[in-house]
Amino acid sequence: MKTSEGKFQGVWTLGEQRDGEISSVSYELLAWGRELADKRGTTLASVILGHNIKEKAESLVHHGADIVYVVDHPGLEHFAPDVHAAILEKLVREFMPEIFIASATTYGRTVMPVLAAKVETGLTADCTELDIDQETGLLIQTRPAIGGNVMATIKTPDHRPQMSTVRPRSKKPLAKDESRKGKIIVKEYPDELYVSKVKFIEFIKDETTALPIQEAEIIVSGGKGLKDVKNFTLVHELADLLNGSVGASRQAVDMGWIPYSHQVGLSGKTVSPRLYISAGISGAVQHIAGMSSADVVVAINNDPDAAIFKVCDFGIVGDALEILPVLIERLRERKTINVKGES
Amino acid sequence: MRIVVLVKQVPSTDKVKMDEKTGTMVRSAMEAELNPLDLYAVEEAVRVKEKIAGTEITVISMGPPNATYAIREAIAMGCDKGVLLSDKVFSGADTWATARTLSSGLEKLGQFDLIFSGERATDGETGQVGPSVAAQLDMPALTYVSKIREIGDGRIVVERAVEEGHEVVESSLPAMVSVVKEINEPRMPNLMGKIRARKTEVTVMTAQDVGLDSSKAGLTGSPTRVVKVFYPSLSRNGTIVDGKDPEKTVEKLLQFLKDKALV
Ligand SMILES: Cc1cc2nc3c(=O)[nH]c(=O)nc-3n(C[C@H](O)[C@H](O)[C@H](O)COP(=O)(O)OP(=O)(O)OC[C@H]3O[C@@H](n4cnc5c(N)ncnc54)[C@H](O)[C@@H]3O)c2cc1C
Ligand SMILES: Nc1ncnc2c1ncn2[C@@H]1O[C@H](COP(=O)(O)O)[C@@H](O)[C@H]1O
Repeated sequence: MKTSEGKFQGVWTLGEQRDGEISSVSYELLAWGRELADKRGTTLASVILGHNIKEKAESLVHHGADIVYVVDHPGLEHFAPDVHAAILEKLVREFMPEIFIASATTYGRTVMPVLAAKVETGLTADCTELDIDQETGLLIQTRPAIGGNVMATIKTPDHRPQMSTVRPRSKKPLAKDESRKGKIIVKEYPDELYVSKVKFIEFIKDETTALPIQEAEIIVSGGKGLKDVKNFTLVHELADLLNGSVGASRQAVDMGWIPYSHQVGLSGKTVSPRLYISAGISGAVQHIAGMSSADVVVAINNDPDAAIFKVCDFGIVGDALEILPVLIERLRERKTINVKGES
Repeated sequence: MRIVVLVKQVPSTDKVKMDEKTGTMVRSAMEAELNPLDLYAVEEAVRVKEKIAGTEITVISMGPPNATYAIREAIAMGCDKGVLLSDKVFSGADTWATARTLSSGLEKLGQFDLIFSGERATDGETGQVGPSVAAQLDMPALTYVSKIREIGDGRIVVERAVEEGHEVVESSLPAMVSVVKEINEPRMPNLMGKIRARKTEVTVMTAQDVGLDSSKAGLTGSPTRVVKVFYPSLSRNGTIVDGKDPEKTVEKLLQFLKDKALV
């Protein structure tokens, strides 16, 4: 839609749910949304599509939304890209938000490009920074490209809504405030709208209980320097102890030590944890591309000239097969002491 | 079955060097190649062709004249036809305008049952073009596909690699499928393929050929504008310690993590 097509107002965030529970990325997004709405002097609305989700909508208000648009229908229980986009299109055309942001998850990155194509507006992918231009009131969207080697600032001057997907973990959710009041608007649409060309068959859940690496606060990553799959268990052990998730370099994935979903980097996932520990990873540009936005990076490598040392906050020049077991042992001891201390 | 693969030519990344001082990328020795993640899309298309008799694969790209190179690489792997959408007015396109141009080209070329794309291009890294093309052509967007379980009789069953596992869905055809690396192991083109790729004529189409109003193409047709580009410094100047004595080193590491409130 063109700016000339009417008055566009308000900031929107796209809420996400899994199995009828609102995902934490929805709250992170609201923290971004709140900041933008306050700067723009406007309201913040969140949209949530799902089944049996109505009762949960209140928690989006508790995390910063002024308005929640809920569409609750059995046809929305599973993600049907065509139906979700069609409903979002209806909502956008009716309420005309000025800004609409979603998380850069598989959901956001699927439904938002479809929506943007339908309403004829721009979409900026995987932003790490959002702001409002004080002079023009436009959304300033900043994102890494070409493996994090370039940052680009992007605007959508003449089309509305201004849309972007935002990298998970790029902002902390606001503290939950149950006294916050907001408006919950339940929208209903004719049944035909829920008919999808895509039918859900089943969900095969990953064995691991750890968070997907894109959402993890702590990641322990292993590379070829660990020499074989047996040693790679050290990475798993350390990650478990730290309540983190396991990452890997492409070499480790190609060797079959761990599935592709754990690969960090240019042709893998981009991650932004609070702590990234790498062991036996050389730090090739393609790997760094995926982890350079981590808050704190610890690297263990036996080659003092390894590139990873340039991008780490704490580097250990040494044998990962000697360091990791000691680290694991120390952390285990601390854990037992803590448990004892509590009882 | 009529299949399309969307491929993009990108700057090679294995040639990339880092500037040690600034921690940025040295982009002097830039060479172009077929987007590495598109190899998986090409491979999957060829596998479908090997399974279903009478399948024809068209590779399409929007890009400068030399992007025929990427198209030929895909033909060498087993695709049949190549189409390059190339016109001055296409330049500077964002994902919306790219998708619009690609779908105009595809509409001109007829009906297709299946469109494959890579998960994302290694330069722009948006992953938006595939789903946007799907939307323009009113097909469902099946993204992050890690496996095709079944295909035929106007339907497809796929596994999608999502955050907490794999979602299995069935869709009617036509559909757009964007694939992740997990889906296959791309083949190396053999000699015959390479010869065929050299001999196959790549059709070049302009904005006029695809019937696209130039106000919908290129920079003019792009809703987004890049207003600034900067090179962040990646280097961190961290503390580097010698790890010969694992016990002492781990002590130091734990102290460091404690100071950062990470343990
Ligand atoms: C288009 C393209 C895309 C790519 N995408 C990715 C991507 O997404 N992710 C990715 O990771 N890579 C990617 N790569 C590959 C990348 O270039 C590197 O090849 C890869 O990251 C190297 O993995 P590694 O560090 O585990 O292995 P290596 O480079 O072999 O490094 C192993 C390191 O371990 C150290 N070491 C050895 N023994 C020990 C020990 N006992 N203790 C401690 N250290 C030890 C060595 O000194 C060395 O530095 C891509 C490449 C291309 C061309
Ligand atoms: N100019 C283009 N021509 C053809 N296909 C493209 C083009 N740009 C992107 N694609 C396809 O869309 C996918 C995602 O690209 P992107 O949205 O640029 O990250 C790529 O892997 C290609 O399959």
